[in-house]
Amino acid sequence: MFEPLKFRDPTLAKRIVEKIHEVAPKRDTVKICHVCGTHEWTITHYGLRSLLPQNVEVIAGPGCPVCVTPASEIDEAVQLALKGVVVTCFGDVLRVPGSEKSLLDAKAEGADVRVVYSALDAVKMAEKEPNKEFAFFAIGFETTAPSTAIEILRKPPKNLSFLVSHRLIPPAMELLLGIGDIHIDGFIAPGHVSTIIGLKAYEIFPKAYNIPTVVAGFEPLDVLFAIYMILKQINDRKARLENEYTRAVTYEGNVKAQHMMREVFEVVSGNWRGLGKLPNSALKLHSEYANYDARERFNIKVEHGKDLLPGCQCHLVLTGKIKPSECPLFMRACTPQHPKGACMVSMEGTCRIWAHVARKVD
Amino acid sequence: MCLAIPAKVVSVQGNVAKVDFGGGIIREVDVSLVEVKTDDYVLVHAGYAIQVLSKEEAEETLRLWSEILEAGEKLERKDLR
Repeated sequence: MFEPLKFRDPTLAKRIVEKIHEVAPKRDTVKICHVCGTHEWTITHYGLRSLLPQNVEVIAGPGCPVCVTPASEIDEAVQLALKGVVVTCFGDVLRVPGSEKSLLDAKAEGADVRVVYSALDAVKMAEKEPNKEFAFFAIGFETTAPSTAIEILRKPPKNLSFLVSHRLIPPAMELLLGIGDIHIDGFIAPGHVSTIIGLKAYEIFPKAYNIPTVVAGFEPLDVLFAIYMILKQINDRKARLENEYTRAVTYEGNVKAQHMMREVFEVVSGNWRGLGKLPNSALKLHSEYANYDARERFNIKVEHGKDLLPGCQCHLVLTGKIKPSECPLFMRACTPQHPKGACMVSMEGTCRIWAHVARKVD
Repeated sequence: MCLAIPAKVVSVQGNVAKVDFGGGIIREVDVSLVEVKTDDYVLVHAGYAIQVLSKEEAEETLRLWSEILEAGEKLERKDLR
């Protein structure tokens, strides 16, 4: 069924690009923002920016959950690990810098930090070693949060707690619209977050902000078509909410997953790396599940961390204000081997994705 | 991190399904977030199926793309006349 080649068909791509050039405004600059590391990967990997008219710019927003996790929460995980708790986390979290240390640094100092593929792996590990305390560092947007919720609802073993750092995408999109000097003309909404929260979560953008918004898939043609759809809306001077990724995203989303998330989490304000506190943008365990909250169990709470090392411009990259190549550290002091900023760590980080291409060009 | 990979369901047992990612990679994934049966296609994220993919919608998307592009072409040809 997938026939991915059809979704990457060069002839079709060429024709869509022609259509994009047809509908794009002739003079005015158009800035289209996506908020997903996987979209950035598709756009950069397939060189889609080079196919667009010069006045159509696609910028990357804060779409990488690892990148937006503030240093204070990495510090909390490091503290847990140094206290003797086995910290389990996704692989791309390991090297993300905290205020002083990353989890990898803690591991090098002898702490037990283990990479897992899923929350279920953490549960299995904790079951296997009942005499040790385990914590699962739950990072991720709405795509990932339901899996944490499932495991908590299943009553995980008593020696497992959760350091919840989940974040929500729509509040971050609203933040971007509030930044005066960016001026976004259209949103490409993230396809996989949308499988969970549905098209309905973005109604506010065309309605309240008059911003064309299209939920898109991750094949190159998906992204090109989303750009075409946005430009067409701009041309028609009518902002709408449209779904390009109908094969995976419905208007309501995954209702079961939403229900589980509501059951386990409450929505609270949360810090985003370099961006400060955003209202209603983070998840916290409801009080009835507080016994699974690693912060409560081990009495750790770091209020402030050092999000940015001197010179690091992750906050500007995360808000699409600059391209990675405009950061003075990019591929000089900050490389995939020795990342200084969070955006250079994860495979979904804008700088990390650009670094891959930069190396190829060299 | 919101990466999700499509896979075909080989068998389902309760909350766990064996899925085929292609190229001989068969894994067990949790399917408690979705209603699935054998031969369905699912999107798998970090060990959990987050959505069932619709074959009809996938075909419809491709058909729609061709249609929009062709409609444009027909229009252009008419303009030329």
